[in-house]
Amino acid sequence: MTVPYAEALQEFEPVIGLETHVELGTASKMFCGCDTTFGADPNTHTCPVCLGLPGALPVVNEKAIESTIRIGLALHCDIATWCRFARKNYFYPDMPKNFQTSQYDEPLCTDGYLDVEVSNADGTLETVRVPIERVHLEEDTGKTLHVGGATGRIHGASHSLVDYNRAGIPLVEIVTKPVVGTKHRPAEVAKAYVAELRDVLRGLGVSDVKMEQGSLRCDVNVSLNKPGDDWGTRSETKNVNSLRSVERAVRSEVERQAARLRQGERIVQETRHFHEDTGLSTSGRSKEEATDYRYFPEPDLVPVAPDTDWVAELKAALPEAPSVRRRRLIEQLALSALDAEAMTNAGVLDLVLATVDAGAPAAEARNWWLGHLAQTANSSGVEPAELSITPAQVARVVGLVAGGSLTAGLARQVVDGVLAGEGEPEAVVATRGLAVVSDEGALATAVDEAIAADADAADKIRAGKVQAVGALVGRVMKATRGQADASVVRRLLLERLGVTE
Amino acid sequence: MAEITRAEVAHLARLARLALDDSELDRLASQLDVILGAVAKIGEVSDAEGVTPMTHAVPLENVMRPDVVVTSLPRDDVLAGAPAAEDGRFRVPRILDDET
Repeated sequence: MTVPYAEALQEFEPVIGLETHVELGTASKMFCGCDTTFGADPNTHTCPVCLGLPGALPVVNEKAIESTIRIGLALHCDIATWCRFARKNYFYPDMPKNFQTSQYDEPLCTDGYLDVEVSNADGTLETVRVPIERVHLEEDTGKTLHVGGATGRIHGASHSLVDYNRAGIPLVEIVTKPVVGTKHRPAEVAKAYVAELRDVLRGLGVSDVKMEQGSLRCDVNVSLNKPGDDWGTRSETKNVNSLRSVERAVRSEVERQAARLRQGERIVQETRHFHEDTGLSTSGRSKEEATDYRYFPEPDLVPVAPDTDWVAELKAALPEAPSVRRRRLIEQLALSALDAEAMTNAGVLDLVLATVDAGAPAAEARNWWLGHLAQTANSSGVEPAELSITPAQVARVVGLVAGGSLTAGLARQVVDGVLAGEGEPEAVVATRGLAVVSDEGALATAVDEAIAADADAADKIRAGKVQAVGALVGRVMKATRGQADASVVRRLLLERLGVTE
Repeated sequence: MAEITRAEVAHLARLARLALDDSELDRLASQLDVILGAVAKIGEVSDAEGVTPMTHAVPLENVMRPDVVVTSLPRDDVLAGAPAAEDGRFRVPRILDDET
């Protein structure tokens, strides 16, 4: 039983909160030198430290500390001058040490915010400030594979198999404060927050932020209350691993809770599990028997005290924030808000700007990245930024077209050549022989052959049906593998047939 | 006054997955009570105002390593210590009870 989203939010006020876990892109693990590369054979990236063997001692990865501080600075947080790691004690097979090294009451970064933009019904953008409670550093767990149950689920499994390659990879947890005042669109704000956070992290270069590979994962908290009442009891939905799911998780929870509250039932504080296939969540363990983690300061690690000069240096070297960059792009390139949003959603905004910075006109850069390149990325299942073509290369192809040495069709072939690893655009032009044939003598043969091959069309043109020339232009273009300039071909054909327009 | 109750010891034992019977709980509760009582004496003798709690026996900060990959253990060695292994992974008993 549910109450439709819009209706629920007329009756109740939502409070949302998000916990985001980000795997850092360090080369080695948090407390040992094991490789962090994704997709290795199970248990080939483990050692006494990340397996929790007796006597093994952890040492902090400096790059992970640096990355966490940079994330904190980008989110306008205060950076601790002194903090410690803590042991979070629990028993679960994905954690070989029987505790997770985390941070408890002394996180590296506290008290920041992230401004996110949501679109209004009229297409204008509105900024919502999401307050950040803390950013702390911990380690990821291993991966379990459940055997014997239906579709790999833990329920009904006879046993489980564990791969500890991921155990010990540095994991940053970013926790918002309760976000109030999202009014009729808590789900949209939640999605915009995760998208913006992803862009910030990508801009910092601290993580590959691939939600589908689990390097960015979200837990979503939702509660509802009647206007004027205290906040309601919240539920926490785990495993929300795509932007679309963040929105769906909040939406379905608002609809579920509203129905219960309307019937006078109470909301149970619980953990819910999100299912990507249905977009719904099911009840997990109840928080009322909340685990007591017996946190205590990690005795095997000494405190971390970031030098204030170092923090100031890191702050000065932060890249431009995505929101600032977006505003700059909108102003510089006179983009519409809708265009900017389309580029953000397609993950090409930075690429467009970089292409423009490399000398291409904005419209051309936009067309390439939102068009052919976005489609290519989509069909090969990668992000546009992962394509093996750089913005500078795209700008050079645009330049070759503008200079007349490539047609639009040829330019696409050149881009495909670069994507296929055939080298720089100029090299692809040379090896594939793609330059525009501008020598009219060389085109004359193809023109004659086209006229001979389609006498019907030729007759129609001679009789004054000039539009029939399209078929002959097509023949010449095909014969020259697109290397001729279509307007030149058209002129030559008409001259040859003695027709003037 | 007791520093720790028998119920608290039973709770901690449960969290630590220690199976203690009644006589063990009695014995450990009274022993822990003595230990905590002794530690509490420190509070009587020291004026803790303005003293930062000590974190570590050695006064060190910022012990870090550069982000460099070193060779991991061979997998056969890794799995050699496991009670059970399957497909290059650690095999563990069923995690959830039937009803949960």
